[in-house]
Amino acid sequence: MRPAYPLPIPPLGRRKPLLQLAGVDKVFNGTVTALSGMDLQVGQGDFISLLGPSGCGKSTALRLIAGLMRPSAGSITWTGGQAKGDLGVVFQEPTLMPWATVAQNVYLPFRLQGLPYPEVEDRIARALALVGLERFHGAYPRQLSGGMKMRVSIARSMVTEPRLILMDEPFAALDEITRHKLNNDLLALREKLQCTVIFVTHSVFESVYLSDRIVVMAARPGRVSAEVQVEEPYPRSEEFRTSARYGELCQMTSEALQVAMAEHQEAAE
Amino acid sequence: MTTTPASKPATAKPVLDEEEARLARARRTERIGKWAMPALMLALALIAWDRIVVWNEIPKYILPRPGLVVETLIADFGTLASSALVTMQITLMALAVAVIGGVGLAVFFAQSRFFEMAFYPFAVILQVTPVVSIAPLIFIYVDNRLVGLLLCAWIVAFFPILSNTTLGLNSTDHNLRDLYRIYGATRWQRLRYLQLPTALPYFLGGLRIAGGLSLIGAVVAEYVAGTGGIGSGLAFRILEAGYRLNIARMFAALLLIAALGVVIFTATSLLSHLLLRKWHESAIKRET
Repeated sequence: MRPAYPLPIPPLGRRKPLLQLAGVDKVFNGTVTALSGMDLQVGQGDFISLLGPSGCGKSTALRLIAGLMRPSAGSITWTGGQAKGDLGVVFQEPTLMPWATVAQNVYLPFRLQGLPYPEVEDRIARALALVGLERFHGAYPRQLSGGMKMRVSIARSMVTEPRLILMDEPFAALDEITRHKLNNDLLALREKLQCTVIFVTHSVFESVYLSDRIVVMAARPGRVSAEVQVEEPYPRSEEFRTSARYGELCQMTSEALQVAMAEHQEAAE
Repeated sequence: MTTTPASKPATAKPVLDEEEARLARARRTERIGKWAMPALMLALALIAWDRIVVWNEIPKYILPRPGLVVETLIADFGTLASSALVTMQITLMALAVAVIGGVGLAVFFAQSRFFEMAFYPFAVILQVTPVVSIAPLIFIYVDNRLVGLLLCAWIVAFFPILSNTTLGLNSTDHNLRDLYRIYGATRWQRLRYLQLPTALPYFLGGLRIAGGLSLIGAVVAEYVAGTGGIGSGLAFRILEAGYRLNIARMFAALLLIAALGVVIFTATSLLSHLLLRKWHESAIKRET
């Protein structure tokens, strides 16, 4: 697989723009404001975490970017327009088709583009090799563990070499050990593919470990409260997880999250 | 921080403890009992039937002995078997039409909520009206006996397929539906690759019910159609034998109808198992 952008990814602040959210509002049913005035510049190669309490609109933001909903106001613009296969998505559940084998599940994005299987067989094999599941291409999802299913889901999201991958709390349902392992694998994949990721999470630790930009969101109405930049260079490893710098960053992010949640308290009172 | 090495794993050969041995015995008994119990009960029932007839001196034109039923079945096998074939043919044709009609309508419904709203009540009315009460009308309007019989059997059989398949087509995983939208799937792609596979287990459940119902429909329609026309199915044989007070033959024909029902149920269950065994929960044996 070839990387989505020229290597290496330039440092924060010197990346080319990929996607821009400008003053995005989303109001459900004319009454519930899920998202209010969200501005976000997504640069090529960014690893952005959307962090916040339930109801802060982070999943709504993701669905808007995915094109599953239209904003009530504001705009979402792709630099240079959006083409088919520009977007990969990983949900909280693996979301595999139980009647299809692992390889057929990864084939799905191509199948829906009308590409015959033999033409893309190599790319599917490479995607599966990237997530370490090359020996399981003929297995059915029920034969796999939760972590392996999630790997298939990740392989499917990456198989079209998308410019942007959206992840909606993909590891929330996994146990701590599997989660750490998949965090490392995701970082390794990003190293190889240099793709842009927007990652929704509840976990301060996960957001600090994975991302270089943490967008902290507040609830009711959902909005951006602060942004924490993690300038720790990639590749990151378990050493970073035990470093003092990591602890500091986690504390900083936690404080930003506390502020965001206090804003919500005030708004409620 | 200290870490102590784990003790060496015991290398003794595994022992079958008392509880495991008891469970193994229970499993073995159950395996034998699954076949032996029904066979034993059936034998007891047949003996009881035979004794009741003999002890009470019941004449054979009221209740024949089981032995006589078997003798009649063997003696009249030629006639009865060809009648069974006719009933089987009508049943299978009706089932085939029910599958085509049921799945076709369900796919049609799945295309638009408005179609479903408009046509579903008709399907329900057809289903809840007893077929015996519609059949005489059908035979007035339809000249061809075979078409009439098929129509009756179809009315009984198509509904479980329609309602199950409709439910299945609407039961797709919402995340998968989103994924298909994100990848720009067409309506046809969504139906072919997402909705139909999701609906398959539901459809097969409906098929198992419809198989039995189409046999009922075929037999009931034959009764209503009466003894004229092409009437040479098993229901016709039962009517005919009843007029002649040949009760043993009625039982023999009944036996064949029951056998047909069992064959249809077994065949649809087998089909269901073959199609789902690789991936569906219902067909997976658990190891523990």
